[in-house]
Amino acid sequence: MLKNVTLGQFFPGNSVIHKLDPRTKLLMTVGLIAAVFMAGSFTGYVLVFAYIFMAASITGFGIRFLVRGIKPILTIVGITFFLNMFFTSGGEALIEWKFIRITDVGLKNAAYMAIRLVLLVLGTQLLTLTTSPIALTDGIERLFHPLAKIGFPAHELAMLMSIALRFIPTLLEEADKIMRAQMARGADFESGNLLNRAKAMVPLMVPLFVSAFRRADELALAMEARCYRGGAGRTRMKVLKYARIDLYAAGSMLLLFAVVLATRGLI
Amino acid sequence: MIYSVMDKKNVVIRTDNVKYAYEDGHDAVRGVSFEVYKGEFLAILGHNGSGKSTLAKLINALFLPSEGEISVNGIVAKNEDEAFEVRRHCGMVFQNPDNQIVATVVEEDVAFGLENMGVSSEEIRIRVDAALKNVGMEKFAMSAPHMLSGGQKQRVAIAGVIAMRPDIIVFDEATAMLDPSGRAEVMRVVQDLNQNSGVTVIWITHFMEEAALADRVLVMDAGLIAMEGTPMQVFSQVDTIRNLGLEAPEMIILANKLRAHGIDVKDVMTVDEMAVELCRLKS
Repeated sequence: MLKNVTLGQFFPGNSVIHKLDPRTKLLMTVGLIAAVFMAGSFTGYVLVFAYIFMAASITGFGIRFLVRGIKPILTIVGITFFLNMFFTSGGEALIEWKFIRITDVGLKNAAYMAIRLVLLVLGTQLLTLTTSPIALTDGIERLFHPLAKIGFPAHELAMLMSIALRFIPTLLEEADKIMRAQMARGADFESGNLLNRAKAMVPLMVPLFVSAFRRADELALAMEARCYRGGAGRTRMKVLKYARIDLYAAGSMLLLFAVVLATRGLI
Repeated sequence: MIYSVMDKKNVVIRTDNVKYAYEDGHDAVRGVSFEVYKGEFLAILGHNGSGKSTLAKLINALFLPSEGEISVNGIVAKNEDEAFEVRRHCGMVFQNPDNQIVATVVEEDVAFGLENMGVSSEEIRIRVDAALKNVGMEKFAMSAPHMLSGGQKQRVAIAGVIAMRPDIIVFDEATAMLDPSGRAEVMRVVQDLNQNSGVTVIWITHFMEEAALADRVLVMDAGLIAMEGTPMQVFSQVDTIRNLGLEAPEMIILANKLRAHGIDVKDVMTVDEMAVELCRLKS
């Protein structure tokens, strides 16, 4: 039952976007997030959406695939929308009934917030869908590499992330095994109220943690045995290289950003 | 039985009265001296807690001896840099296949040791492909490790070590968590390495059948070497072995019983050898 958990799913493919350098994709994602927050008009949002739509078509997933990814956050979008609608003061009242007062400014803010959330999730999905976890951690390591000079642990962070990714399936499998073993001995994980269910998780979590520490210990020894001693003097099998296409992709993002800024005054 | 290219004049590992005590005061190894020769297949046997695993980590310089000295290819590890050198010459494969695979893709994991050694990326590519082919895992280069069977994972771990081209590989109960077919897979790969690539193998185990395949056997007990010799010399002392908490291979026990009944069987260790011997006697 725990196997259904999907974390930043990656779907291999051969599109141009799949082949982009992970650093480019990371920077473009940051650019997209900035564009979403800088946009101050519906025109701007439509442009951002059009950009995401285009990118989704290029990857071969299509916008429908991305829209499916929004489902889990619909509740949050809804809550954000209503909170903004009811609790924004100022502006002209559109509806006034007892204590409820909806203003035009409130409605606009609410719509903006909801659109922003949806666009953020739509856009950032493209990064994880088209970039393998390894490429992603590699990209992060290379991107933050210059900061290592001032003591930023770029290599350690990337190593940490890739080991975590490596052990997610192993630990899930183990959790599943422990759960079955406890259920075979009469443990009940599925009934009772929230508090009881949380309590029932204790006999699952304790052995899982103990085993995770033991694994960490053994892994550390195994890494040392293979000559690991931190990031200094390390080489890589796959060296990241920027290609011409990375330049075009980054250029398209800059263009979007400029246009979004220019449309701030519009409706 | 393997007759590998053991070269008695060429000592690759020499230990001199090595002792090791854990921080909690437990004396795991209490004075061990032996030599390992180039190209040999040395099995180290012992029941749980006999100190054989600790000895493996001492050879690989993961632990530094509290007393005594270990030299590996002439290098005595006293600090981190020397330990690093020792590990380049002497690789190690551990018991649990899950806990020694670092990367999320097989070929990345095989490359891990080479990346640590600072090998150039073109050279890494060549060595990784060769190592995967060597263990028969080239088809799985792009697979995720958690999708593989235990035997396959262990072969990936071995590929990761042989890509570093060590002269010696220590296997610390590398088959203990595998099913019989996985055990056979790994054993085949290791024998091939020993015989065809001239890698010196130190095989730590508590399976008698595996130790029977070695050139030479050391039996550890309570942190000391209790017995030493060829598998035949060691295993024929059935009672001594039993007193050390181990059981001699079944065929040796069977041969002894047959002899007690006046049937003159030759020295045999494996089921196959016994079958041949019995057929010979019948004819």
